[in-house]
Amino acid sequence: MTTNSRTASRRDFLRTTALAGAAAATGGGASLFMPLHASAADYPAIGTFPAGSSGNSVFVGLTMPRTGTYAVQGEDELKGAQLAIEHINAGHPLIKAISPKTTKGVLGKEVKSGVADDEAKPNSGVQNISRFITENKAVVMMGGTSSAVAVALNKLAQREKVIFLSAVSGSNDTTGKDCVRYGFRECTYGQTAAQGIGPVLLKEFGKGKKAAYLTPDYTYGHTVQKSMQDFLSKEGGWTMVTNQVCPLGAPDYSSFLLNIANSGAEVFINVNWGHDAVLSIQQAKQFGVLDKQKLVVPYQVPFLAREVGGDLMGGVLASTSYWWQIEDKYPLAKMFNAEFSKKYGYQPEWGAQCCYLQMAMWAAAVEAAGTFYPPEVIKAYEKGTKMDSMVGEVYFRPEDHQLVRPVIIVRGKKVADMKGKEDYWDVMEILPGAPLMQKPDEFGCKLGDYT
Amino acid sequence: MPGLFTWANLVSQMFNGLVLGALLALISSGLTIIYGTLGVLNLAHGAMFMMGGYAGYLAFTATGSYVVAVIAGALFVMIVGVIMERVIIRHFYSRPNEDQLLVTFGLSIVFVELVRFSFGSLSRSVPPPPWGVGVTQLGFMLYPTYRLLVVGIVAVALLVLYVVLYRTRLGMIVRAGIEDAVMVDSLGINVYRVFMIVFGIGAMAAGFAGIVNAPVVSLTPEMGEMIMVQTFVVVVIGGVGSFPGAILGGLIAGQILSITSMINPGYAYVMLFAAMTLVLVLRPSGLMGVRGRD
Repeated sequence: MTTNSRTASRRDFLRTTALAGAAAATGGGASLFMPLHASAADYPAIGTFPAGSSGNSVFVGLTMPRTGTYAVQGEDELKGAQLAIEHINAGHPLIKAISPKTTKGVLGKEVKSGVADDEAKPNSGVQNISRFITENKAVVMMGGTSSAVAVALNKLAQREKVIFLSAVSGSNDTTGKDCVRYGFRECTYGQTAAQGIGPVLLKEFGKGKKAAYLTPDYTYGHTVQKSMQDFLSKEGGWTMVTNQVCPLGAPDYSSFLLNIANSGAEVFINVNWGHDAVLSIQQAKQFGVLDKQKLVVPYQVPFLAREVGGDLMGGVLASTSYWWQIEDKYPLAKMFNAEFSKKYGYQPEWGAQCCYLQMAMWAAAVEAAGTFYPPEVIKAYEKGTKMDSMVGEVYFRPEDHQLVRPVIIVRGKKVADMKGKEDYWDVMEILPGAPLMQKPDEFGCKLGDYT
Repeated sequence: MPGLFTWANLVSQMFNGLVLGALLALISSGLTIIYGTLGVLNLAHGAMFMMGGYAGYLAFTATGSYVVAVIAGALFVMIVGVIMERVIIRHFYSRPNEDQLLVTFGLSIVFVELVRFSFGSLSRSVPPPPWGVGVTQLGFMLYPTYRLLVVGIVAVALLVLYVVLYRTRLGMIVRAGIEDAVMVDSLGINVYRVFMIVFGIGAMAAGFAGIVNAPVVSLTPEMGEMIMVQTFVVVVIGGVGSFPGAILGGLIAGQILSITSMINPGYAYVMLFAAMTLVLVLRPSGLMGVRGRD
C-alpha cells in the first residue's frame, strides 16, 4: 500500500509539473519549461503514441512465419528487417540513401525490435502484434508473408492506430478492398504481377492457349489467379480449363495434379507459394505434368529454385519484386546485396528486400514528419515523396498506400547455364510499376480515418 | 469443372486414392495398435513419421542407398519409440488421458524443434531409387512409377504387421491386451514388456512410412503435423484401436480426397471431415471398432 501511494503521489507530482510547464509554455513563458519532446505535447494521444516514443528507444513489432509452409521465406524477411534496423541505428549509408534525413536511429531514438512466429496464421499474427502493442508499446508493426495475415494486421492497425508495414503480400486485397489508412505495402501484387508477366506469356506462348491453375485457397491465391485469368483471357483469348483450389499447406498434391494432367491444358500456372510451391512443382514433375505443360509461376517464391532442385525451373517464367542480379542497374541493390550477404552468407531474396525497404521508408516518413504521431507520419507517406531504392525511384500512392515500384520478369536457368551457385534466374525485363497498376479505387479501397 | 468429370479421370483419381489411402493406412495402423494396446493416444506419431524421413535422408546422404535409408529410417524411429516408452510413457499408463495427451504432444514439439534446429526449415529431398524413377504407362493413365511401388511396399508392410498381430503368440497377447489388459496381466504375462514391443512396432510403422513417403514429398520439420490430422481422421473412421479398421479407414480417406478433388478440389478436406463426423454420429466406435476401452 505504501508503495502504491508513494507511486501515486509521484505521478501527481509529475502531472502537476507537466501542467505547470504546459501553462508556462502557452503563456509564452520561460522556455525552461518546454517539454523535452515537443512533438509529444503537440499532439493528442493515439494508439501507442506518445507512450511508445517517450523514452530513448522505440519498439518495432515483427511477426513472421518461422514455422509452417512459409517458414523459409519468413526467415529471409526477418533478416531483411533486422539488417534495416541495425543500419538505421548505425546511420548506415544505405539507409541514408533511402532516408536522407536519418542520422542515427529514428528521430534520434534507438530502434529496438521483437519477433514472434505467426505460422502464416492470421490469428497468431494478430495475437503476436497485440502483445507487442500492449507490452512493448510498439510504434510500428511489420508482418505478413501470408496475405491473410497481412489483411488481418491491416485491420488491427486501423483499430489500434499503429502503423503496419506489410511484408510479402501478393493479394490485391491488401491495398485493395481491405486497404487501411494505417497500412502500407511495398511489394508487387496480383494485379501488377499479371499485367507484368501477361504480355511476356502471350509473346512466349501465343494467343488462344489453354491454361490450368493451381491456386491456394485464400485471398492471395484467389486474387492472383483472377488477375492472371482476367488478363490472359481478355488480351490473349486464353481459356481456363481448370482451377484446382487447394488448401494452404496441403501434404500432397497428387489429386489436384491428376486433374491438371487430364485437363488438356497447355500451360500450368502455379499460384502456390512457399513450401506448397516447392512440393507441388516436384510432384508435378513426378506426374509428368511438366513434360506436357509449360510451367509458369506468376508470383515468384524466394528460394524456389534452390529448393525445387535439378532443372525443374529451367525456362520457367516468373514475376518478382526483386532478384539480386539487378544490381548492375541499381547501385543501392549492389550495396544491399553486399551488406546482406556479408552478414548472412547468401544473396538476399525478395522478402528480405521488401522488409528492408519497408523499414527504411518508415524511418524516412517519421523523419519527414518530425514526430512519431501516426497521423503525421501517414501524411508524410501520403506526400508521395520520391525515394531512391534497390529497385530505383519509388513512391507511395496516397490513395491506396501501395508503393509504385517496378515488376521484374525472370526466367529460370538450367543448371548447366548457371554461372555461380546463386545464379538461378535470368532477369528478362524490369517494367515500370505505374502503368501496370489498377486505378486506386478499382478494387474498392477506402482508406478510413486518421484518428 | 465438368471437363474433368470423365470416366478416365475418375479411374485415375480412384487409383490415386488407393495410393494415398495405402500410405495413410500404414501410418494409422501404427497409431491405432499403440492406442488399442496401451490406451495411449500418441500425439507424437506424426513427429515420428517425420523423423523416419529425416533419419532415412541422413542415411541416404551417407550411403546413397535407398534400401539402407528405409532400414535406417524405420529402425531409428523404432529405437526412439522404445526409449520413449521405457523412459517416459510407462509412467503415464495409470495417469489420466489428458496427461498422456500432454506428454506426447510435448514430445512431438521437442522432436519437431530438434529437427528444425539440426536441419533448418529448407526442405530436403530423397530421390526415389533408380528402379523407381520415371512415369509408368498404365493404359488409362500415366502414373509415377515410385508411387506404384509405394502401394506394393505398403501392402507388404501391412501384411507383415498382419502376420505379427494375427499369426504369432505376441500378436495374440497384443489382441488380448486390446480386449482386456487386466485379464492378460493376471494370466501371468508380462504386459509391460509387450507394451514396449508394441510401442516400438507402432513407432516403426510411422518411421517406415516416413522414409518410404520421402521421395514422394520433400521433407520439412512440419510434415508430420499435417499427416497427423489425416491419420486421426482415418483412425476415427476405421475404429479406434482396430488394425483392419485403420486399413479400411485409410482406403476410404484416400478415395474421399481424390474423388472430391475431381468434383470440387476446394472441398476435398471438408468432405474428409464430414465423413468423420458422419461416422461419429452413426457409429461412434468407428466402422470396425469394438466397444470403447475402460
